[in-house]
Amino acid sequence: MDKKIFIEPLFRNNPVTVLVLGICSALAVTVKLEPAIVMALSVTIVTGFSGFIVSLLRNTIPNRIRIIVQLVVVAMLVILVDQVLKAFAYEVSKQLSVFVGLIITNCIIMGRIEAFALGNKPLPSLVDGLANGLGYGIILIIIAFFREFFGSGTIYGIQIIPTEWYIKNGGFYENNGLFILPPMALIIVGLVIWVQRSIQKDLQEK
Amino acid sequence: MQDLVSLFVKSIFVDNMVFAYFLGMCSYLAVSKNVKTAIGLGIAVIFVLGVTLPVNFLLNKYVLTPAALSWLGPDFAGLDLSFLSFIIFIAVIASIVQLVEMIVEKYSPSLYASLGIFLPLIAVNCAILGGSLFMQERGYETLAEATTFALGSGIGWFLAIVALAAIREKLAYSQVPAPLRGLGITFIVVGLMGIAFMSFMGIKL
Repeated sequence: MDKKIFIEPLFRNNPVTVLVLGICSALAVTVKLEPAIVMALSVTIVTGFSGFIVSLLRNTIPNRIRIIVQLVVVAMLVILVDQVLKAFAYEVSKQLSVFVGLIITNCIIMGRIEAFALGNKPLPSLVDGLANGLGYGIILIIIAFFREFFGSGTIYGIQIIPTEWYIKNGGFYENNGLFILPPMALIIVGLVIWVQRSIQKDLQEK
Repeated sequence: MQDLVSLFVKSIFVDNMVFAYFLGMCSYLAVSKNVKTAIGLGIAVIFVLGVTLPVNFLLNKYVLTPAALSWLGPDFAGLDLSFLSFIIFIAVIASIVQLVEMIVEKYSPSLYASLGIFLPLIAVNCAILGGSLFMQERGYETLAEATTFALGSGIGWFLAIVALAAIREKLAYSQVPAPLRGLGITFIVVGLMGIAFMSFMGIKL
């Protein structure tokens, strides 16, 4: 199997910063690292297995109703993920609220099914799905890292900035509340794209 | 009645689908290059939200919530089908979009020509499914409330995409650093618009 299928989506063809897919949830769940990581894992699992299942079915699905069939496959996987999260990670699943359900309409999944799984064998489709999920996860973790660090002074819930630095304890430091608010996520993605395109000049738009 | 008006204004500005929840971002970024197509997609979103959300509300109230099926008889009172809600909502949305597409095609070819390409895209627009899921999570109680919420969020989305398209049309003539051109600057513009929209946050109605 071609190694490219796995490597490309991680950076060179990243679903979020290059293909502009799956932005909605990338932004909404990144206030803290923990929900971001859980979300990244859930999306990876769903993209991987939906690609695998659709690819198994690809020769039997009539073309006209393929969107509905794909949605049903994806919705089934998302229900499984949602029930597992509710059972084993209830707190996180409350934080993610509707965004677990919104994995169904995450464009990465439909995009990869349409672009890859419908024309390829099950195993490469599985790998392609997993790799795209991981590419999405990398961006999610970068955004969440900066937002949690500057917005709350913690990383994965562990206090990084010494508490005696804070103004309320007689220090000089204050958390930047802007990073917790939604718009900052967009600006961070913009900056990530800036960095990536400065390195890979061929991606720049005219 | 007053509650409905305040819910309407709130869902347009304060809880704007795009700036407060990032819903429907993919098509928001992809189809906002010029104002004309942005208006087309915006109207299609208002329309589909306004149709699917009331239907999903009724389904949620009479089929999906715990003990919702008790109108069928006492035997059904213990049933809880809420785990099926994702699959039912998305099936309703996909089939209504298909249906609307066929009706519009038959009775209003000119509207079809302007909306046509966007309708299938909307079935997988997260703003539509998000609307239904928010309706379920926030527990709107009457059909009127759900419909008001649907129209309000649809109009909020419409305003957001038309505003962004207008800005991007101007942006095409400005000097932007090369790596930031196109997608990068669009993200930053949307972020700044979001900060502007946050000034609505404190408003109590």
